[in-house]
Amino acid sequence: MAAISQSGFSQSGFSQSDHPRSDDSEADRPLEGSVRLDLYRTMVLIRTYEERIRQEYHADKTPGFDIGAGKIPGEMHLAAGQEPVAAGVCPHLRPSDALTATHRPHHLAIAHGVDLARMTAEIFGREGGLGHGRGGHMHLFDPAVHFSCSGIIAEGLPPALGQAFAFRQRGTDSVAVAVTGEGAANQGAFHESLNLAALWKLPVVFVVEDNDWGISVDRGASTAVADNSPRAAANAMPGVRIEDNDVEAVYRAARQAVERARAGEGPSLIEVHTLRLWGHFEGDPQTYRSDLETVEERDPIPRYRRLLLEAGVLDEASAERIAADAAAEVDRAVEFALASPEPDPATASAYVFA
Amino acid sequence: MTVVEEPASKAAPPPPRRLTMAKAMVEGIAAEMERDPSVFYLGEDVGAYGGIFSSTTGLLERFGPERVLDTPISETAFMGLATGAAVEGMRPIVELMFADFFGVCMDQIYNHMAKIHFESGGNVKVPVVLTSAVGGGYSDGAQHSQCLWGTFAHLPGMKVVIPSTPADAKGLMISAIRDDNPVIYLFHKGAMGLAWMTKTRRALGEVPPEPYETPIGKAAVVRSGRDVTVVTVSLSVHYALDVADELATDGIDVEVLDLRSLVPLDRDAIVESVGRTGRLVVVDEDYQSFGMSAEVMATVAERDPSLFAVPPVRVAVPDVPIPYARALEQTVLPTPERIRSAVRQVMG
Ligand SMILES: Cc1ncc(C[n+]2csc(CCOP(=O)(O)OP(=O)(O)O)c2C)c(N)n1
Repeated sequence: MAAISQSGFSQSGFSQSDHPRSDDSEADRPLEGSVRLDLYRTMVLIRTYEERIRQEYHADKTPGFDIGAGKIPGEMHLAAGQEPVAAGVCPHLRPSDALTATHRPHHLAIAHGVDLARMTAEIFGREGGLGHGRGGHMHLFDPAVHFSCSGIIAEGLPPALGQAFAFRQRGTDSVAVAVTGEGAANQGAFHESLNLAALWKLPVVFVVEDNDWGISVDRGASTAVADNSPRAAANAMPGVRIEDNDVEAVYRAARQAVERARAGEGPSLIEVHTLRLWGHFEGDPQTYRSDLETVEERDPIPRYRRLLLEAGVLDEASAERIAADAAAEVDRAVEFALASPEPDPATASAYVFA
Repeated sequence: MTVVEEPASKAAPPPPRRLTMAKAMVEGIAAEMERDPSVFYLGEDVGAYGGIFSSTTGLLERFGPERVLDTPISETAFMGLATGAAVEGMRPIVELMFADFFGVCMDQIYNHMAKIHFESGGNVKVPVVLTSAVGGGYSDGAQHSQCLWGTFAHLPGMKVVIPSTPADAKGLMISAIRDDNPVIYLFHKGAMGLAWMTKTRRALGEVPPEPYETPIGKAAVVRSGRDVTVVTVSLSVHYALDVADELATDGIDVEVLDLRSLVPLDRDAIVESVGRTGRLVVVDEDYQSFGMSAEVMATVAERDPSLFAVPPVRVAVPDVPIPYARALEQTVLPTPERIRSAVRQVMG
């Protein structure tokens, strides 16, 4: 179903065993219904969350949009359209596995099991937030599930290497997943990290979310290669590119990559051709965007929902229940956030040092 | 007080135009691109988007994609490219979207752009202008709200200019482009006059239409007063002026000195003003320790500590990263409230 291109391993001289295991019979077999429902459920929860944050973000920025105003101030990068990446990768992770995300972190945080209520409180800048309101939406840290993110492009990758290193040094089979956008794949930190992870055979999975755009610059205008999987090959690791924003293809590729890392066989890279459904950040006029017209029809959630309905895995009643459960969970998180107090200004200098 | 050199022609002055700082900055860039074909602009989202903070609006349409270039997110590469092109006689303007991002490309800036002239014994010039957005106040968190001008100013080999008014934004841009040295040009997001950010009423200002230079290294007394000198830069200039207006009704006469350049620093202007008032408040949106505020105080102390009638006071970011939550951020930034109480403190 999904177009998957694997980078030229043979040209780059790797043995077959370095490839992500591609067991064709397994790849053709449909995923179990319960797995598919879980993928769908996660995607719906993420979308429900992002829609709610979007609504809360804009609610009190009227009449004129003022980025610093309202109960959620500052830049806001939402991940609607990119749910398949998070939903497909994270089922293979345990709370003891690390995940580093970007300036667009909510979908990954949700799928990796970050405490939703405390994450929401952080986004609202409240004392009960993950970082007591110090960090904000680009700086979510939940050590319980080894989750972190950074607003500096590609700079979340190197720390993932260190987490992977620590896991191995301590004799665990935990892995680290490092996520970036395709724009970040042109940063030095990206290339340095791939090389070091491969050199030291670290248990890392690199995930590149190619949503076609780095703010206003489309991939073709920023990147000399059409596909990042050869960049994996150039660094002695397997790389795959998944077209179509296909959650099941992501799920399968991530299973192989995570298993490989856990087994001590080293890093690999998965690039997913995904979709930025909304602006780069809230308030982005997107006047530069040449693909706006087709955005809605490429929304991965209605498409997956149709697929599951047709396959008889999902029916209307359970779809409604999933939507209602997601809404209730998001309601609870927002309620928690709003009930949490603003940080006390007298503590503004806290937490600089341990 | 004149903050720009008067244009030569005195015939029938055109009606005053009021521009935002962003528009004035673009006007300065465009004037030089028009005049000098070796000037080009590169950076992230500076083309079709026109700069995230409107620093390049309309330049792509006017000068085309060969002179207004969107780069990949590869700051080390394009920062170094600017240096190399300058070495070959071009006059690049290179934008680092947020000053906070210097971390990913600092080597190209301080070990290359800033040192080549020195290392070559003066034989190689590096006329780059590095533009970058600075400042907080809108809850963008610890990685997108810093000023960091003290860091650039600390490292030798770069001039550092920081306009606070539209007129200076244009004049300093033109001077920076014409300068044969690397010039770091820092513009405060909150002073650009952006429609989507809270503005001060001072973000709009009169800008002469013709090209002119604002001298680099000359401070401007933007308000003269007898009682206390507030030395500051960037958006804090606007806040200091607001506070000065307010305190005037209480009979406190505040002088506001806009440094405009940190490198070179107009030390004479600082000493001259404090010599008259005897009281100094330094307002700095950068981190407090080892920075601009200490340098200003040291300037007076070194020349003549007896000029201080009372100990000087500084209003800066206590040495803490900029917090996200509004209440916390407003506590650490040099707000008008903090400036006001500092002035009252030196007044005793
Ligand atoms: C080092 C650095 N340079 C520039 C930026 C500004 N910036 C924030 S997001 C972004 C685009 C990132 O594109 P991509 O990696 O594709 O991720 P996406 O936003 O599409 O999810 C840019 C340039 C930054 N945060 N850090």
